[in-house]
Amino acid sequence: MGAGHGHVLYRESTSPVHRLPPEVKIVAMVVFTIAVVATPRAAFWAFGAYALLVAAVAALARVGPRWLLSRALIELPFVLFAVALPFLGTGERVEVLGLRLSEDGLHGAWNILAKGTLGVLASLLLAATTTTRDLIVGLDRLHCPQVLTQIATFMLRYLDVLVGEARRMRVARISRGDDPRFLWQLRGFAAGIGALFLRAFERGERVYLAMLSRGYTGRMPAVWQGDGAATAGQWLVAATVPVVAAAIAATAVVLT
Amino acid sequence: MHISNGIIDGPVAAVFAALALAALTACVLRGRRDLDDRLAPMAGLVAAFIFAVQMLNFPIFTAGVSGHLLGGALAAMLVGPWVGALCVAVVLVVQALIFGDGGVAMLGLNITNMALLGTAAAYLLIAVLLRVLPRTRAGLAVTAFVAALLSVVVASQGFVVEYWLGGTTDLGGNLAGLAGTMAGVHLLIGIGEGLITATTVLTVAKVRPDLVYALRALPTPAVPAVGVSGGVR
Repeated sequence: MGAGHGHVLYRESTSPVHRLPPEVKIVAMVVFTIAVVATPRAAFWAFGAYALLVAAVAALARVGPRWLLSRALIELPFVLFAVALPFLGTGERVEVLGLRLSEDGLHGAWNILAKGTLGVLASLLLAATTTTRDLIVGLDRLHCPQVLTQIATFMLRYLDVLVGEARRMRVARISRGDDPRFLWQLRGFAAGIGALFLRAFERGERVYLAMLSRGYTGRMPAVWQGDGAATAGQWLVAATVPVVAAAIAATAVVLT
Repeated sequence: MHISNGIIDGPVAAVFAALALAALTACVLRGRRDLDDRLAPMAGLVAAFIFAVQMLNFPIFTAGVSGHLLGGALAAMLVGPWVGALCVAVVLVVQALIFGDGGVAMLGLNITNMALLGTAAAYLLIAVLLRVLPRTRAGLAVTAFVAALLSVVVASQGFVVEYWLGGTTDLGGNLAGLAGTMAGVHLLIGIGEGLITATTVLTVAKVRPDLVYALRALPTPAVPAVGVSGGVR
């Protein structure tokens, strides 16, 4: 079955990080992110240390800095909120480049920028080293409720199909003279979304019937979960990143 | 309008994560009642649909937030509030884990705003408006438009409440300004969301009215199976 292999962010490789079982990578990524978020914002050195940790994992996974940084730009709209904080914040004002800015606000902006960026880089590293199928297997082994992993499986399996259908409908619409500028195209565009829903829903009904005729009873077969769950050694290897991050966070909390 | 790491502090994020988990459990139980063993494939395809639709962005520049079709109101209208919220939540989890949209530590907050608040507000409005408004295509269009518009604004105000509870930078009196800015910006996004949602729902209601969850609950069919052309332009 060709389903669920790779996705736009996956980087084919056989690096040590790629070969780790998915569940340990998910746990490492989540614990790392929580450690970063729990770090006091004034401990600037701690964020430098986190960045070094991310760089080390990226080097080990053979993910280049250019790829990582250009993909990290997707967070830009999410951290623009940070830009407003120095103007909106209260308390002490400081003079920066002729602007009177809130000191608290500047710290807040730094906080969002640093933690947001580190979080995005950690997600990107997980995405670059784990196929979507492995991700679902990992979530399943972590005892994520099966109904959620099943929905996610079907979603990822059919996402490309639906995106392809949407693209074909757009080409068909444009080639029949629809002007693709936003306000003009709204009606044709929205009717296309309606058609896309009908196709998605009817495809869902067909998939369900196909599953039923192959003996589906509401639970996925055991073979679906795959074998080769993480060994204690692999857990230990992957634990280095979150343990170091937690140590940095704890030191930062004690020092500030 | 995904919240990124560091905007809201840890304890508040943890409380909302617990809240989101409890609400999603309820959604799974009620979703099974709507779809029984069809839940996984059907909800999966609807989630793929929402994910595909969300790839269309409306950019905004004032807040730490990007706008696109949230799809919460559309999902509530077409597959009901329980399955709808579940689908939007699964989309958000996958986006956070492998696309880096919104912080992983902020997942509970993002699910609460977009999957729970947005869908719940939309469905409450749909339930009320469909009973009050005339049962015509125009009535259905107005219902979908208003529900989608207000669900976006409600979801953005969820962020303001969360910021008030655990924002990492004290905005003092400017919190009201934040609420106003968020409401204003999302009102504009909501108009786009409303127009697209209304047209989409009309399209589906014309071809397969039996697939529109919100219409199934009504005693008599609201929309004739073969409608006249027209509606929202």
